[in-house]
Amino acid sequence: MSKPHEWEEPRMIRNMLLSACVLGAAVSLTTESLAATELQWWHAMTGANNEVVETLAKQFNESQSDYKIVPVFKGTYPETLNAGIAAFRAKQTPAIIQVFDAGTGVMMGAEGAMMPVADVLEAGGYKFDKSQYLPGVVSYYSKPDGTMLSFPYNSSSPILYYNKDIFQKAGLDVDNPPKTWQEVFDAARKIKDSGAASCGYTSTWLTWIHLENFAAWNDVPYSTKENGLAGSDVELEINAPIYVDHFQAIADLAKDGVFRYGGRTSEAKQLFLSGECGILTESSGGLGDVVKSGINYGIGQLPYDANAKGAPQNTIPGGASLWVFAGKSDEQVKGIAEFFHFLSGTDVQVFLHENSGYLPVTTAAYDAVKKTDFYDKNPGRETPITQMMGKEPTENSKGVRLPNLPQVRDIENEQFEAMLAGKMTAKEALDKAVELGNAAIKDAQ
Amino acid sequence: MPRAVFPNRILPYALLAPQVAITLVFFYWPASQALYQSTLRQDPFGLKTRFVGLENFEAVLSDPSYLNAIETTLIFSLATAALAMALALLFASAAEKVIAGKGLYRTLMIWPYAVAPAVAGLLWLFMFNPTMGTFAYILRRSGIPWDPLLDGNQAMLLVIFAAAWKQISYNFLFFVAAMQSIPRSLIEAAAIDGARSTKRFWTIVFPLIAPTTFFLLVVNTVYAFFDTFGIIDAVTAGGPAKATETLVYKVYNDGFVNLDLGGSAAQSVILMAIVIALTAIQFRYVERKVHYG
Repeated sequence: MSKPHEWEEPRMIRNMLLSACVLGAAVSLTTESLAATELQWWHAMTGANNEVVETLAKQFNESQSDYKIVPVFKGTYPETLNAGIAAFRAKQTPAIIQVFDAGTGVMMGAEGAMMPVADVLEAGGYKFDKSQYLPGVVSYYSKPDGTMLSFPYNSSSPILYYNKDIFQKAGLDVDNPPKTWQEVFDAARKIKDSGAASCGYTSTWLTWIHLENFAAWNDVPYSTKENGLAGSDVELEINAPIYVDHFQAIADLAKDGVFRYGGRTSEAKQLFLSGECGILTESSGGLGDVVKSGINYGIGQLPYDANAKGAPQNTIPGGASLWVFAGKSDEQVKGIAEFFHFLSGTDVQVFLHENSGYLPVTTAAYDAVKKTDFYDKNPGRETPITQMMGKEPTENSKGVRLPNLPQVRDIENEQFEAMLAGKMTAKEALDKAVELGNAAIKDAQ
Repeated sequence: MPRAVFPNRILPYALLAPQVAITLVFFYWPASQALYQSTLRQDPFGLKTRFVGLENFEAVLSDPSYLNAIETTLIFSLATAALAMALALLFASAAEKVIAGKGLYRTLMIWPYAVAPAVAGLLWLFMFNPTMGTFAYILRRSGIPWDPLLDGNQAMLLVIFAAAWKQISYNFLFFVAAMQSIPRSLIEAAAIDGARSTKRFWTIVFPLIAPTTFFLLVVNTVYAFFDTFGIIDAVTAGGPAKATETLVYKVYNDGFVNLDLGGSAAQSVILMAIVIALTAIQFRYVERKVHYG
C-alpha cells in the first residue's frame, strides 16, 4: 500500500472540494436525520436522467428511516470515474459510485478496492439470484466465475433517432427509418441537399457506437482475445477494411457538411434536439431528453453495414453500473444492500425503463412492461432490448473490455477529430489509433 | 550595510516560522512527493507500485505528443501575452484621453480580472460552442465554417482570446500607472514642438514605459503557461486532437484522466525546473530593469 500522494494542485483542489462535500453532508446529517446512516451515491446523470436519480433516492429515503441515499453529481462519466479513483487514493470514498461501461475493465483490475455486489447483497440478508437478471447485462458485469461485481443500474444500447418533420420536408419515408449505414448516409445527404435541415446526420459517442457496437452488430472483431474478455494482452483490430470504409464514408460526409461532429461523449444530442441535424445515433438512455424536447421524433434500430455477412448480430450493453467501495462498515453495507434490493424491485425497474429509455435489468420487470400496452403505445421503445437480446452473442459481440478502455477511447477520439477536420484519411487515422492504442494497452498491464 | 541586531534571539525565528511552515507544507512537501512519484509506476488505484528510476522521464521526453505540447504552449503563451498586452496598451492610452467619466471607464476595464478562469472559460464557451453558442450560430449563418470542435486553429484562437480577455485588466492597470508616472512636461514640450499624438506615443510614452512592458511580458507569459488551466479545461479540454493541449494541461490529462501518475509527475518535475529557471531570470534581470536606476 502507498500513502496518499498530494503532490499536485488539481488533486489538492479536488481534496478540498471533497472535504467540503463531506463537511456539507455532515451538516445536513445532523440537521435533518440524526439516526439515518448516510450513503453517498456519486453519479454522472444529467437532464431527464438526473431527475430519475433524484426521484429514486427520494422514494428510497421515504420508504424507510434507517438509511439515507445522497446522490452527488460528479460530472461526465470519465470525470466521475476519476473522482472515484482520486477519492480511493485519498481514502475518502463514497458508498456507491456509478461507473460507465468503458470503466468496467479498470474497476475489475482494482482487486480489493471494491466489494462485489453479490457479497453486498448477501451481507444484507438477500440472496443474489443471477437468473432474475437479463443475461446479456449481468454477464458483462460479472467475473468469469459468475460472481456479479457491480449492479447494472442503467443499461442502454445505441439506437437511431430521426426527426419526422425533417424527413417529411426532405421527401423521405417518415415511417421507415434507414436500416443500414449506407441508407443512413444517403438519407443524410438528401436532408442536406434538399435544405430540410442544415445537417443530415450526427452521432454521440463515436467510439462506443461506431467502433465497439459497430463491431458487435456487424459481427467483426474489435480486438484479439474476444475483445479483451478472454485476456488482457490484446491488440486492436479496428483498422480492418470494413472500419476504414465506414469511417471514410463519414469523413466524406463531414467534408460536405452533411455529418456534424458534436464532441466525444453525448454533446451531439443537442444538435438533434435543436433541429439542426435530421438523424442522430445515440444511447437509448438519451430518450428522456428527446421526449422532453417535444420534437416529432421516431426511433429505429442501430444501423448495420450492408456488406457485413452476419449483420445484424446483437448490440452490446452500454450505460453504467453501480460499484461499492470496499472498507465500509457493516451498517453501511446493509444500507447499500437495501438500496440495491429496492432498485431491482419490479416497480422501480418499470419506472426507470419507461421514464429514461434505459433497459429494465430484471426479467420480471421486462415481462411486466410487456404485459401492459406500453410498447404498443410507444413504438420503438422495445428496440434497444430486442437488438441486444435478439441473437446468441458470438465472440465478437459479448462486449469489449480493456484494462484502460477510457484511455483507448481518448486516443481513438483524437484520431477521429483529426480525420473529421480533413487532416487524415480514415485509413491513416485508424492505423494511428491502433498503433497508439496498442502501446497504451501494453503500458497499462 | 550595518547589520541589524535584535535583542531577542528567539523572536525573529518565531516571526518567521509561519511563513516557513507554509512554504514547507505547500511547496517543499508536494514538490518532494512529485519527485518521488516521478520515479514510480503505479496502477490507477495505487494498489501496485514499482520503482522505475528515470524511465518516466525517458518516456515523457521521447513522446511526440510532449513535443507537440511544448510547441502548443509556446504558441499559446506568446499569442496570449501579445494580444493581452497590445489591447491593454491601446485601452490604457485611450483612457488617458478620456475627459469625462475617467473613473467609471477605468473601473469597468478592471472588472474582468475578478472573473475566475473557469468562469471566463465557460463564458466564452457559451458564446462560441458550435452546438449551443449564439455567436457560433451567427458565424455559421454568415457563411464562416466555425467549428472549434474539429478545427484545431479555431480552437486555439478561442482559448487565446478567452485567456487574453481575462488578463487585459491586469495589464491595463499597470500601463495606466506607468503612463501616469511620465512627467506631463515632456509630453507638453513635444506637443509644442509640433509632435502629433501618434508621434508622441512612440517617441516618448512607449520608450518610457518599456520597463513596465518587459515586466508585463514576463508576468503574462507565466500566466499563460501556468494559470490558464481552468480556461482550457472549460473551453476545449485540450482538444481537438490535442491542438490546445499545453504542458500544464497535459500534466492533468495524463495524471488525472489517463491515470498515469508516474508520467504525469515526471512532467510536473520538468515544469518545476522551467518555473525555477523563469523565476531566476526574473530576479536577475527583470527586477533590476523595472526600476529606473
